[in-house]
Amino acid sequence: MTMALEAPVAARLNTPKGGLATIAELLPRIIFAIYMILFFTYLFLPLAVMTAATFNTSKFPTVTPWLGTTLQWFDALWADQAMWMALRLSVLIGTCVIAIALPIGTAAALFLTSLEGRARTFFYAVMVSPLLTPGVAIGIATLILWRQAGVGGGLWLIILAQSSFIAAYVMLMVIARLQRFDRTLEEAAIGLGASRWMVFRRILLPYLKPSLLAAMLIAFLQSFENYNTTLFVRGTETPLTVFIATKVRTGLTPAVNALGLILIVLTIVAAVALELSKRSRAAKPA
Amino acid sequence: MSSLTARFGPGLGGTILLLVGLWLIGMVLAPNLMMLDFSLRPNLMPNQIGTEADRYTLANFIALFSDSVHRAIFFKTVWASALVTLTTLVVTYPLAFWLAKIATPRGMALALVALIIPFWINEVLRTLAWYILLAFNGPLNAVLLGLGIIAEPVRWFGDFGVLAGMVYAYILFMLFPIYNSISTLETAQIEAARNLGASTVRIHRRIVIPHAKAGIATGCVFTFMLAAGSYVAPALLGSPGSRWFTEIIYNWFFEGGNWNRGAAYALVLLVLCMLVVLAALRVFRVNLADVAK
Repeated sequence: MTMALEAPVAARLNTPKGGLATIAELLPRIIFAIYMILFFTYLFLPLAVMTAATFNTSKFPTVTPWLGTTLQWFDALWADQAMWMALRLSVLIGTCVIAIALPIGTAAALFLTSLEGRARTFFYAVMVSPLLTPGVAIGIATLILWRQAGVGGGLWLIILAQSSFIAAYVMLMVIARLQRFDRTLEEAAIGLGASRWMVFRRILLPYLKPSLLAAMLIAFLQSFENYNTTLFVRGTETPLTVFIATKVRTGLTPAVNALGLILIVLTIVAAVALELSKRSRAAKPA
Repeated sequence: MSSLTARFGPGLGGTILLLVGLWLIGMVLAPNLMMLDFSLRPNLMPNQIGTEADRYTLANFIALFSDSVHRAIFFKTVWASALVTLTTLVVTYPLAFWLAKIATPRGMALALVALIIPFWINEVLRTLAWYILLAFNGPLNAVLLGLGIIAEPVRWFGDFGVLAGMVYAYILFMLFPIYNSISTLETAQIEAARNLGASTVRIHRRIVIPHAKAGIATGCVFTFMLAAGSYVAPALLGSPGSRWFTEIIYNWFFEGGNWNRGAAYALVLLVLCMLVVLAALRVFRVNLADVAK
């Protein structure tokens, strides 16, 4: 694992010096190249197999044996009513989680910046603790609390349980930008007669807008892909991740691969969009 | 607190306080306290609640450690999660170093894109991909049989499947913190050490790893927590012999019908993860602000 450092040494081999030592010096370079090949094979092989299996006629998703190329599984997916219901539910949950986690996370970031010293360290630790808590424990704690109030697992609890830790992601993203905010802008606006509310709406919110948009996207994706927490609070609801995991037991067909492939393409598009917006923001300092 | 209302006025400041209070008290503190309360009570029929039998007891926790099967699964989950963490660290460290110090800008951009794609795909799908690849009649066995490397199909599901699937799922939680912390190291330091005759191993042990300890701690903490709390990978890639602690917890809730015991088990998992976080902060002497970036 320490071979990486040898690369600059190996680069010097191209000098005419040559000789027997080169083999000994070349070895680390070869080992590192093998490591890289293995690493990226490990990274992409499962995804490649899953994608390829979408187009195989075989009823169980696989690539061996290849029984013929087909697009039938996309049709099967299209016709699957349960899948559409699961998708609709996941989108609804994601949207509601944004509506709850975004204001809470933003408020938490603003609250933190008004604190100093030990109080700030303390609240920061409390606020990031949901991210260091196993998802199953968050689901269970929410389930137990609300059963006491007579509310069972279902849509409402999924939204609440997910929001409780997704708000922490929002807080981290907002505070990263808030720390670079120039407070004198606020003071200047107040000095010119603006109200507190106007300063918030016309100066602070526009300044935070890029991080709020990114936080919305992250919040939605986190909610959309959540499984561990959702599993415990879902009641009889079936969001998309639960739908996919259940399929493995009730009969997996390549229609699930088709769904996976579509989700992969969509997430890549979202990821590229996010990265591009990050980069363009980095290019022009705020 | 007063600076909050001074800055935002009473209306907005009050709203901020209200939202933070709702979150931290209503959604974080209260559920966890209720889980603690639940875990300390026996599992009773509704008509027994509030009677003599309804009092605090440690029975649910004692049950975990006196049941030899559950105890074994708990400790197995702990060491298997540690193994997942260690494997992930070993697998990602060279790449993190290469990305931070050796790669050309173009090579780095290419590698980052290649890494980010699987990172964005959700855990259930990533695990499903492994489920298809490792199936008994699946592609991996077919290829290995075809090449004559194995004589009979191998049952990959079990400890191996869980390890492969988990390392895969959490690789990037380890890679990015380590990469971030190595990239802040001055390359001149490495060159100076090399010119002074330090070996590669020594350079990593004495310069790179100490410098990157915050990143390594972060990666390890997250990987361990995610592995110990994972449900999908053991459920899909495991076998009866590789049951995970989260599966036992799930069964208490939805099959065994004993929520009190389930709450106790979940609390043990929670405390375990908190202890690992605190231990990592201590050992690596980093603070939480560095960890949660």
